[in-house]
Amino acid sequence: MEHENKEYLRYLDEKAPGSPTFKNIVWAFCIGGLICVIGQAFSNLYSKVCGLSDEDAKTAVSVTMIFLGALFTGLNIYPRIAKYAGAGTIVPITGFANSIVSPAMEFKKEGYVLGMAAKMFVIAGPVLVYGITSSAVVGIIYYIYTLLV
Amino acid sequence: MNNGAGAKRLGAQTVKFENRVPIISTATIAGPKETEGPLSDYFDVKLDDDMWDEDSWEKAESKMQREAVKIAVSRRGLALDDIDYIFAGDLLNQCTAAGFGIRDLNIPYFGVYGACSTMIEGLSLGAMMIDGGYATTAAAVSSSHYCTAERQYRNPLEYGGQRTPTAQWTVTGAAAAVLGYAEGSGTGDVQKEVYITHATTGRIVDFGVKDPNNMGGAMAPAAVSTLAEHFKATGTQPKDYDLILTGDLGTLGKSVAIDLMLEQGYDLSGLYDDCGCMIYDIEKQDVHAGGSGCGCVSITFCGYIINLMREQKLSRVLVAGTGALLSPTSTLQGESIPGIAHAAVIEI
Repeated sequence: MEHENKEYLRYLDEKAPGSPTFKNIVWAFCIGGLICVIGQAFSNLYSKVCGLSDEDAKTAVSVTMIFLGALFTGLNIYPRIAKYAGAGTIVPITGFANSIVSPAMEFKKEGYVLGMAAKMFVIAGPVLVYGITSSAVVGIIYYIYTLLV
Repeated sequence: MNNGAGAKRLGAQTVKFENRVPIISTATIAGPKETEGPLSDYFDVKLDDDMWDEDSWEKAESKMQREAVKIAVSRRGLALDDIDYIFAGDLLNQCTAAGFGIRDLNIPYFGVYGACSTMIEGLSLGAMMIDGGYATTAAAVSSSHYCTAERQYRNPLEYGGQRTPTAQWTVTGAAAAVLGYAEGSGTGDVQKEVYITHATTGRIVDFGVKDPNNMGGAMAPAAVSTLAEHFKATGTQPKDYDLILTGDLGTLGKSVAIDLMLEQGYDLSGLYDDCGCMIYDIEKQDVHAGGSGCGCVSITFCGYIINLMREQKLSRVLVAGTGALLSPTSTLQGESIPGIAHAAVIEI
């Protein structure tokens, strides 16, 4: 039996308040931008002050930002910022750290193996699966391209 | 065969109790956020920690059910042994808050699940049990906990995400009510006695809403179905009640219910409210479309409304608990959300 009252769904759609898109975009831009500025500051620090090569500095920045994302998740500060920032806190690498650390904390109670470790990738898992798969596909395409050119 | 039920039944979904069934005692336990809300004065136990000295949120929720029952039972000088049946339920998988919460209470137990309508379902069944002559006393208890519900239905608490404007906030709270007859009940006690007179059992209504962040919209048609059926069966009109109350439709669901009821020829204006809109200061506490969960109608009704009735500020209330019968699995499989609403008439 089909459960779809089209008239009601149309009515509900019109009646439901929409997300404040403009406000969300501005917040996402500002906080997301701020996170990037912090990353850039670390990049400058590592390459100009600490004397790391550009390549090493980039790696060090990723490590630092992931650490900070995890730390602020543990301190329950990251989700409070994310409430306003939305995509601004999800897209940067700190958001990736948050998506792994938050289930790890939450499911610790169910044990370190079947709780924390098993549930750790419940949010980030799809990103890893499709991220790694698509990078492999792009790699193959690039390889074929290099053979042809 | 006629077992005499005809006289107690009105229409297809409503029973009128032959002897109205007293609600002799209630107890409510509210979480920290609910305690900061506008109904705080009406809750018996106010938690400042949602873990309540336990080592998991699930254990805390079970403890809330257990303590609510104990308080409600002892409040009128009863012992746990005096309760003939208990109807209990919650939102957790396999209703574990109930099963674990009351496992040591040694009361014959019926587990009930009506999602957030569970409390009214339990009250209805308890009242039928008593009026049917199968019990002298029965208890109903139900709970929800923000943290247990979030991890089951949505994301980990520390996950940084945004809620949609139609999302609701699961109430941390438990309430228990004791129905029936006890020494001293109805005999000039300090408090005005409150009675259940009718129960209208809902049918499942599914209009095809699939958004689990819009449960008010999914449940409103069920609430309307049950309320309209109740008015039809009892021959009453909204104005025959001091208050018509739904469980947890939230701001959007509430206004949908008003619209749909008007289409059916019932004007609820000035008579109707929703527990999800009452339990929090919606703007200040930032709960988007309002409260939800089994605890929402449970503590609002058993704490606030019943107290108003005992103070004789309300004399006849129609309360409809509303539930969304979804699971995280059904949502992932693309199913729509079946709604349910169970109603009861409460009088002084």
